[in-house]
Parts: sequence; C-alpha cells; structure tokens
Amino acid sequence: MTLHTSTIVVPRSTARAWARFGENLGYAIGLPILLLVIWGVWASASPAAFFPSPLIIFDAFVDTWVGPAFVTDVLPSLGRLAVGIVLSVVLGVVAGTLIGLVRWLRELLEPMLEFFRAIPPPVLIPIVAVLLGPTDSMKITVIVAGSVWPVLLNTIDGVRSTDSVMTETAHSFALTPWERIRYLVLPAASPRIMAGTRQSLSIALILMVISEMFYSSSGLGYRIVYFQRNYLIAEMWSGILLLGLIGVLLAVIFGFVERRVLRWYHGIKEVERA
Amino acid sequence: MRKVLLGVAGILGFLLTWQLIPTLGILDPRFFPTATDTLGRLAEDLRDLEFWRNIGRTMTTWAIGLAIATVLATVLGTIIGLVPFLRRATHTTVEFLRPIPSVALIPLAILMFGIQPQAALLIIVFASFWQVFVQVLYGVADVDAVARDTARSFGLSRGSRIVHLVFPTALPYLMTGIRLAATVALILAVTAEMFIGNPGLGRAIIFAQSAGDYVQVYALVITTGLLGLLVNLVFRFIERRSLSWHQSVRGDEVL
Repeated sequence: MTLHTSTIVVPRSTARAWARFGENLGYAIGLPILLLVIWGVWASASPAAFFPSPLIIFDAFVDTWVGPAFVTDVLPSLGRLAVGIVLSVVLGVVAGTLIGLVRWLRELLEPMLEFFRAIPPPVLIPIVAVLLGPTDSMKITVIVAGSVWPVLLNTIDGVRSTDSVMTETAHSFALTPWERIRYLVLPAASPRIMAGTRQSLSIALILMVISEMFYSSSGLGYRIVYFQRNYLIAEMWSGILLLGLIGVLLAVIFGFVERRVLRWYHGIKEVERA
Repeated sequence: MRKVLLGVAGILGFLLTWQLIPTLGILDPRFFPTATDTLGRLAEDLRDLEFWRNIGRTMTTWAIGLAIATVLATVLGTIIGLVPFLRRATHTTVEFLRPIPSVALIPLAILMFGIQPQAALLIIVFASFWQVFVQVLYGVADVDAVARDTARSFGLSRGSRIVHLVFPTALPYLMTGIRLAATVALILAVTAEMFIGNPGLGRAIIFAQSAGDYVQVYALVITTGLLGLLVNLVFRFIERRSLSWHQSVRGDEVL
C-alpha cells in the first residue's frame, strides 16, 4: 500500500484576494464614513451651534494642534501621563507582589485597600492641589493615586493564585526568594497584571484631563476648557478628537505590549481550546 | 477571626498614622487635618439634612445614569452581538469611541445643557455604556456551539433561543459589566458635580475647598469613599445572588 501525501495547491486568485480585502476594508470604514457623512449633511442643513461639520473640525484640528501648541500643551500632557502610568505600574506591581506573598500583611491591609480603591479619584484633586500646589508633581500624584489600584489589586490576586504545585516545586529546587519571584511569581501573575494595567490606562487618561481642567494654565484638559469658555466650538471638538486619538493610540500600544508579554499565555490558551 | 482582627488592626494603624502626620507637623494641619477632627466633622455632617440631600442628589444622578446606560447597552449589545453583519460593521466605530475619555465630553455637556442634570447624565451614560456594552457583546458571542446546535435541532424559536440560551450565557458577563459600570458611574457623577457644578457631593467638596474648610473636604472625600465601597459591596452581592446557579459562583463557595 502506498501512502499518498499530496499538497493540494490552490491557485491563489488575486481577484478573490482583492475582493476579500475590499470587503474587510468596507466593513472597517463603512460605518465611520456613513456617520461622518450624516453628521456633515446634518450640520450644514441645520447649522446647530454646537455641532460644526467634520470638515470644519478637521481644519480646526490642523490649525490648533499642528504647530507650537503640540509642544506647549500636548507633549507636557503626554509626558505627565507616561510618568503617571509607569509609576502606577511599578508601584502597583512591587507593592502588590509583596502584599500578595505575605499573608499577614495582606489581611492587615485588605480593608484599607478596598476603601482607597472605592474613593472616586477626582475628589483627591482638591486635596493634592493644596498640598503640592498647581505643579507637575501634583498632576502626576493625582494620576498615580487613581490608577495604581487596578494594578495593585490585580497583582495581589495574581500572586495569590500562583499554582501551588509549582510553588512547592520551586521550594524543592531550593530557588532563592528572588529567583522565585523572577521566574515563578511574576510570570504567573502577569496575565492579571496586564488586565489591571489595561484598566489603569483609561483611568490615567481621565485623570490627566481632569487634573489639567482644574488648576492649570497649559495642557490638553486646560485647552479644551479654554476653548469651551470662549465659544471656540470647532477647536473644542478638535481637542475631544485628539483625546480620542490618544485613547486609541494607548489601546494599540498596550495591545502590542500585551501580545509580546503574554505570548506564552495566549499560546497555552489556544492549545487548551483546540 | 484572625482575618477580622488583622483587618481592624490595619484600620486602626491607618487612623493612627493619619493622626500623627499633622500632629508631628509633617504636613500642615490647616491643609491636612487630623483623623479625629475629620471623623468628628463627619459625625456632625451625619446630623445635617443638607449633607443627606447631597448624597441623595449624587446617588439619584448615579442611578438614573446607570439605568439608562445598562438598558441601552444591553439592548444594543444583544442585537449587535447576535447579528454578525452588525458586529463586523460596528467594530472600528466601537474601538474608536470607547477609549475617548468621558471627561473630554464635559465641555460639550456644559455647552449643550448648562448646569442641568442632563449634562452630568450625558457624561455618566457615555462612560458606563461601554463597560456594559462590551461585556454583553462578549457574553452573547460566548454561547456554547453544542448548546446552540441542540437548541436548533429541538426547533426552538428565535425568541425562546434568546430567553433560554443567549440570556443565561450572557448573564454573568452582563453582571460583571453592570458592576464595573456602577463604579465608573459613581466616579463620573461626583466628577461632573465638581466640574459642571450641578448640586451634589462633588459640588459640596469644591464649595468647602473654596471656603478653605479643609476638614469638610476630607470628611466629604471619606464619604465618597464609603459610598463607593457600599456600591461595590451591593453589586458584588447582587452578582452572587443572581448567578447562584452559575459555575463560577458555585465553584467559589466550595473552596
């Protein structure tokens, strides 16, 4: 008996590939274009003061943000956002690992952590503002004070749920505490840490905007409020648009990082599902 | 027992640290009042009708906003989740709208509604809608393939498929979404009051701060924290009760 192994070569039809590409593209941009057109037609048919047409907003976007405003307002905001996020993640992971590994510490702090997490972060702005003044460090403190909790609590949970067989194996192999954290605890907790970080990102962005709306003379949040108070409606919309773009960009960057960090994890999940 | 004792010790330790920081002069007591002063003021507030009215106003806006967002998100999420065409067509739009920080809409809300409650509602609904919507979308897509085929072979109508198959599958996701949305809605209710100036706890904080009454600011911040804690506990409880039949909850209780 002969065993036939043959590869079926399907001639790749470029026409079909193009059709598939066109279909995907249509699905991706169809609705946004449709919505923009409706908005545009509606805005020019009945010129409502607060909803300028997308073309006007786009012009305002270019005029407002492309140029010196990018350096004076957007970059400092993004800088504070980045510092705030990095500090939140580092603080959250370090404190979370410690609290997750030490049982009495966890039981000691748990009620207080639950309480602090429940405080709506923006109410801290008046307090931090009077203690630190309208400085960069005040804004960064507000961002960290709000966005550290999801990382911290998820890290604690992740560290706690480390597989007990692996923990015992690590003990038998006499791993030093440091090696255990580096090679067992942190990788085991990383899916949870990333889930917490994802929540932190959106909180951090919200707090970046709000902290600038209150006590500030520059930054994105300040600019948007300034435009609104002076009835520069198209400029205000362009600011909202820019914040939306920053949000999307953050999500894309995070998705990329998450796929890199959790590649092993998604791999395992796929095998389990198959 | 040990857990409760340690927890109480943690709270006492926190209060002691708080008391010592202004007493030892590490931070200026004018701007960082002691724990006893703050808790004393909170006790006074509890006898003040205006304090309770403010809580009532904040929680009313919160509840209305959360209800609108939940209904909208459940209906839209179910429809879009069940129809593959709609799911594909809305994907990019959702992915762009969702990350927009809701507070960016505060100026727009002020322009459209002034300091009326609608302005706050717009922000709250926008923020909490996505939490529920995305969960419902996941939940509806999570229907077990075998269960779906079984329902088809037994000739269940579209309506009873939704009631007996899609709804139970999506319910855990929906409850998670509502719990997350409840927290987010409270944050934005207070934020909107702080910034838009519609009456409630948020505005009371800003008023106290402008008056230089920092003891009151701290007392109100503690109040918002306690409210947040309450919302969290209540919704966790509802989630457990409504999902008592579900694997995730039953499994938890055994452990």
